[in-house]
Amino acid sequence: MKQMHTQKPDRAIQPAGGHLVQLASDVLAMAKKDGATEADVVVADGENLSVQVRLGAVDRLTKAREKRLGLRVFVGKRSATTSTSDFSSESLRRLVSETCTLARAVVEDSMSGLPQPEQLAQEQPDLDIYDDTKVDAERQIELAKRAESAAMATDERIANSEGADFDSSWGRVVLGNSHGFIGEYRSSSYSLAVSPVAVDPVSGTMQRDAWYDVQRKFIKLETPEAIGIEAAKRTVRRLGARKIATKRVPVVFDRETAGSLLGNLCSAASGYGLYKGASYLAGQLGHQVAPNWITVVDDGRMLGGLGSRPFDGEGLPTRKNTIVDKGTLASYLLDTYSGKKLGLPSTGNASRSVGESPSVGPTNFYLVPGTTPAEDIIRSVKDGLYVTELIGFGINMVTGDYSRGAGGYWIENGQLAYPVEEITIAGNLKRMFMDIESVGSDLVFRGRIASPTLKITEMMVAGN
Amino acid sequence: MAQLIPLDSFGVTERDVEGALGRVKVRNVDYADLYFESCVSESVSMEESLVKRATKSISQGVGVRATAGEKTGFAYSDELTKRDLELAADTARYIAHSPGGTEPVPVPVRSRPTRDLYPVSHAQLEVATAERVALLNRIDEEARRYDPRIKNVMASFNTEYKVVMVATSEGTLIGDVQPLSRLQVTCIAEEHGNRQIGSFGGGGRIGFEFYRERDRYLDYAKEAARIAILNLSSVDAPAGVMPVVLGGGWPGILLHEAIGHGLEADFNRKKTSAFSNLIGKRVASEVCTIVDDGTLPGRRGSLNMDDEGTPTSRTTLIEKGILRGYITDRLNARLMGIPVTGNGRRESYQSIVLPRMTNTFMLAGQSDPNEIIRSVDKGLYAVSFGGGQVDITNGKFVFSASEAYLIEGGKITRPVKGATLIGSGPDILTKVSMVGHDLKLDEGIGTCGKEGQSVPVGVGLPTIRIDHITVGGTQAA
Repeated sequence: MKQMHTQKPDRAIQPAGGHLVQLASDVLAMAKKDGATEADVVVADGENLSVQVRLGAVDRLTKAREKRLGLRVFVGKRSATTSTSDFSSESLRRLVSETCTLARAVVEDSMSGLPQPEQLAQEQPDLDIYDDTKVDAERQIELAKRAESAAMATDERIANSEGADFDSSWGRVVLGNSHGFIGEYRSSSYSLAVSPVAVDPVSGTMQRDAWYDVQRKFIKLETPEAIGIEAAKRTVRRLGARKIATKRVPVVFDRETAGSLLGNLCSAASGYGLYKGASYLAGQLGHQVAPNWITVVDDGRMLGGLGSRPFDGEGLPTRKNTIVDKGTLASYLLDTYSGKKLGLPSTGNASRSVGESPSVGPTNFYLVPGTTPAEDIIRSVKDGLYVTELIGFGINMVTGDYSRGAGGYWIENGQLAYPVEEITIAGNLKRMFMDIESVGSDLVFRGRIASPTLKITEMMVAGN
Repeated sequence: MAQLIPLDSFGVTERDVEGALGRVKVRNVDYADLYFESCVSESVSMEESLVKRATKSISQGVGVRATAGEKTGFAYSDELTKRDLELAADTARYIAHSPGGTEPVPVPVRSRPTRDLYPVSHAQLEVATAERVALLNRIDEEARRYDPRIKNVMASFNTEYKVVMVATSEGTLIGDVQPLSRLQVTCIAEEHGNRQIGSFGGGGRIGFEFYRERDRYLDYAKEAARIAILNLSSVDAPAGVMPVVLGGGWPGILLHEAIGHGLEADFNRKKTSAFSNLIGKRVASEVCTIVDDGTLPGRRGSLNMDDEGTPTSRTTLIEKGILRGYITDRLNARLMGIPVTGNGRRESYQSIVLPRMTNTFMLAGQSDPNEIIRSVDKGLYAVSFGGGQVDITNGKFVFSASEAYLIEGGKITRPVKGATLIGSGPDILTKVSMVGHDLKLDEGIGTCGKEGQSVPVGVGLPTIRIDHITVGGTQAA
């Protein structure tokens, strides 16, 4: 753990270079002077370069540097949170004073407060989430062009494009609190995405799809050609999609849509919804929520993970939590506050957007893969739906009721027979997780939440 | 007339602005602009009968943009020094592949929007925190008083006070003050282990007094409680194709998803919209006329000017069923050779301008709303919705009901659980057979997301009948 630098509070503030730690310390000192009994500060800065090419030409180039400071103060058991992008000392002094005034205006909350000092991260391991490779605009443009042209060359029905985007970002986060904790980490991400448009030569109807990769390390990014070809395949196979009759059938979620389903479980297991009674998993800790061969993990220390970080939004060490252990709900995702409300310790899942008080978020949240290849899962379905796209927000987290727009393929006798669209799938999340019949072996991380292919015994599919 | 914004509120001079514009407007650049913004947003929220959270956020910065043909170069900075402006200008003009060197630009002439749709002073918006706290406490009492089965009440009051200034290479220098506020109430009801949720809220470019007029804030509390209690007795929604009657107001999200996004000029210039090449064609039944109107006083989606300094307007999208026009920003209007409609919007100085909707609604028709419900033998009556989404390219859209009832034998009978409705944009409005005379705009709660940018919008709808649409319930109909 780095030590907090001592500093006179009236010193002019110089945020340039690696001085964010100093800035955080200075703001904490100001808060103390203004009557805060406890406080924490998060300072984030970052750089971003993104390009978009479309039909072989540059469409857009964006470059940015940004910085932001967030302050949370406690005056006794009252608390307020503020943020600013203006780091001038005069402006920060005003912000600190306003924050303390704001805190005095709200009511006491007996559960509020910083975590205990002994809970804070003692060491900050290198999780391999930072890469300083600078990819300049010319190179980003070239990579995006290669990805798009690979997509266009794959199939003559790829007649148009929404473009290809290359994006690289670098960021730094400093978190400090009045217990003397100060932590810092840097992270980076590189992503390449392609969105081709296919036109049906007969009907003239269009379909769009996309494929992408995102990595902490530039070197690990999938080749532009591989991304482009996959994007084209996914787009072309949607041509000729039809609507189907309403019926109750087995549903297979590909790993992208299964990831979205797992994201719903993650939200339901997050502390804030639980103590408010706004989650269907409230009161379910220790109960069975899935078949006894299902395990779900949240691992904040996965090397190179897109959700990895050495400490959470309150300075607690991140860790590996088993959320669903052999079908039983074994842990919620909690920060200090939501934990206290539920009578449980934090799980190191505080997530902090600079201007907000902490909330709860996943780190690397995944369903442990099985041994069945995805093709075998599809082969096991006689008459059913293979879902590759979900749209809309038809999920009621309080009840678990689920009804979303879907697109994908109809499965006939174990084969993908034809694309389908303009249908919905409906059920209840509680039931859907219990009804998982098989889990694929194909887990890949392309975000913080990932799942292998999943098959659910039966859902209502509405079409004609 | 809106107020005149002094440039020095951003700490820059006309000379700095002229200098930066000259630097970015090199030979191959068609158009360049600087967008200055300062924004203060505040939020107070309540749960478990305690107003325990207060937040405030301050941001300020400038976005610099250059367009050359179809290309856009963009950079932004949260520092507003001359040096930062120059750096951003150099990045923005990179896409034009022109050598450096300044080019004369017209001296900016300071002006202000010719109307003031939201004359709300900062003071009217920024009331004492104590008053906000008192308002939220009353909401909690009112909702709990509605029914003892209300077990938790969550409410939040958010305000935003944004000052913007746009300087263009064409010599305009125009600013606007854009206040925005919203009050949202959510109730959780519980009975015998059955938990249900109900939400209601409202807002606009209006001050704090709006919520207290005729105790509007207490109505929000009662509505949220009513919906939560109603949902305790809801039955499973039907699945399949059936006639659906949409109530007035927020169900206008149908138009936003099914029609509005598909008519944004960027998708049509790129010919990736299901509506590309359909201008002049029939895309709705005769009874449908749909407009996008950014000029309604005080509405959440309204603006005196868009984020390129163009006055907002009323654009007819569909007239008696025929597709008439797109909504545009400057770049797409220029490239397509069509009029600028004042729909160039951005979330903040950190984001690029895109053609976006303002307030999108269908004009009132002739039918009696009761008659519309009576005309349905077996179907769904949906009066409130959560969010919606659309795939622009194939035109498929969804929107999810949060308060809906079965219609049986021309009568509204049982409440049903939320269900997603799915349809095809260019096709769905051809199935609208009746339009009520009861046009209603929504309460002012809508936020639209596109390319990761959120902007406030409004929608509106009279009661309408859609002859067939797929309802995504769980019960075989």
